[in-house]
Amino acid sequence: MSMFRRKIHEVPELNTASLPDLIFIVLFFFMVVTHMKETTMKVRYEMPQGTRLEQVVAKSSVIHIYIGKPVAGNRTDTFRIQINDRYTDIQGLAGVVASERSRMSPEDVERMTVSIRADRNTPMGLISDVKQALRKVGAYRINYAADEKTVK
Amino acid sequence: MFRMRKPRRVPGLNTTSTADISFMLLTFFLVTTSMDTDKGLLRKLPPMPQENIERAADVKKRNIMSITVDSDNRLYCDGKLVSTSALRRQVALFVENKDNSPAMPEKTVMNIPLLGRCSVAANHVIAIQVDRNASYDTYFNMQNAIVLAYSDLRDRQAHVRFRRPYKKCTKEQREAIAACYPIRISEAVSQGGFR
Repeated sequence: MSMFRRKIHEVPELNTASLPDLIFIVLFFFMVVTHMKETTMKVRYEMPQGTRLEQVVAKSSVIHIYIGKPVAGNRTDTFRIQINDRYTDIQGLAGVVASERSRMSPEDVERMTVSIRADRNTPMGLISDVKQALRKVGAYRINYAADEKTVK
Repeated sequence: MFRMRKPRRVPGLNTTSTADISFMLLTFFLVTTSMDTDKGLLRKLPPMPQENIERAADVKKRNIMSITVDSDNRLYCDGKLVSTSALRRQVALFVENKDNSPAMPEKTVMNIPLLGRCSVAANHVIAIQVDRNASYDTYFNMQNAIVLAYSDLRDRQAHVRFRRPYKKCTKEQREAIAACYPIRISEAVSQGGFR
């Protein structure tokens, strides 16, 4: 009924030929920054929170020590130490760290850092035993792993 | 060669689904990425004493600040019960020793590059003693408070000297300021069992 006949515009189709390329670029970004989890956690831990934390630079020269209660256990269990995929005890700790170190490249050995990822409620006795064992094996650089405190 | 070959037309490859496939890969990586950054407090352990002889460190009393954590996770600084924020202030006051008071660590004049002559509390020691039943969380918060105290001092010094926070300084400037406020922490290892 209108007086003017509208001209029908033809909308050109969107060219999506470059879409895969865009997606690929994002994909490559994620592929580069991702590092797959190598260890399966056997202990459960919740790290303490800190404010002035430093970043551990060389990832390849870090040995992680996990301390917490067994995942499959209950509350009454004692705290256990895990390196790589296995439980160790204080006596075995030095040996495991030494064998890990022998697998590293010479540059990594120099800047080797042991990152202690321990649960908040771990008794300090266990932590100082671990530190003592690390001193004995000559791993002096350690890192108390923590989460950044979110709310001030 | 007698007859002309009809040029065959190659049909264009249909690439509509490439985006979908790469989307799927992308989602996979998005889900599996943890981006977990390894952060924490870096510390250097002292080497083992030779032949198990514990050398009694010869430190004057005024240079020592003792921090104790008991089995009920209480913090004591020089025998007095403190909170972590109070500890932070006390450590900063102790290390700085602005008025050169005789109860606080003695100062030695040192020649530091970029800064010139500074009086540095070079012999002070923060002695930490932790009960074996104390929790790691308390210990960590205490360490964090000490780190904060030192970084407060360093930040202040960086502002005075270079007019920018410690983090923004160049490597040489940071080294100079770190030499001005050296971190000296000693930890006593206690033996025995724990809960």
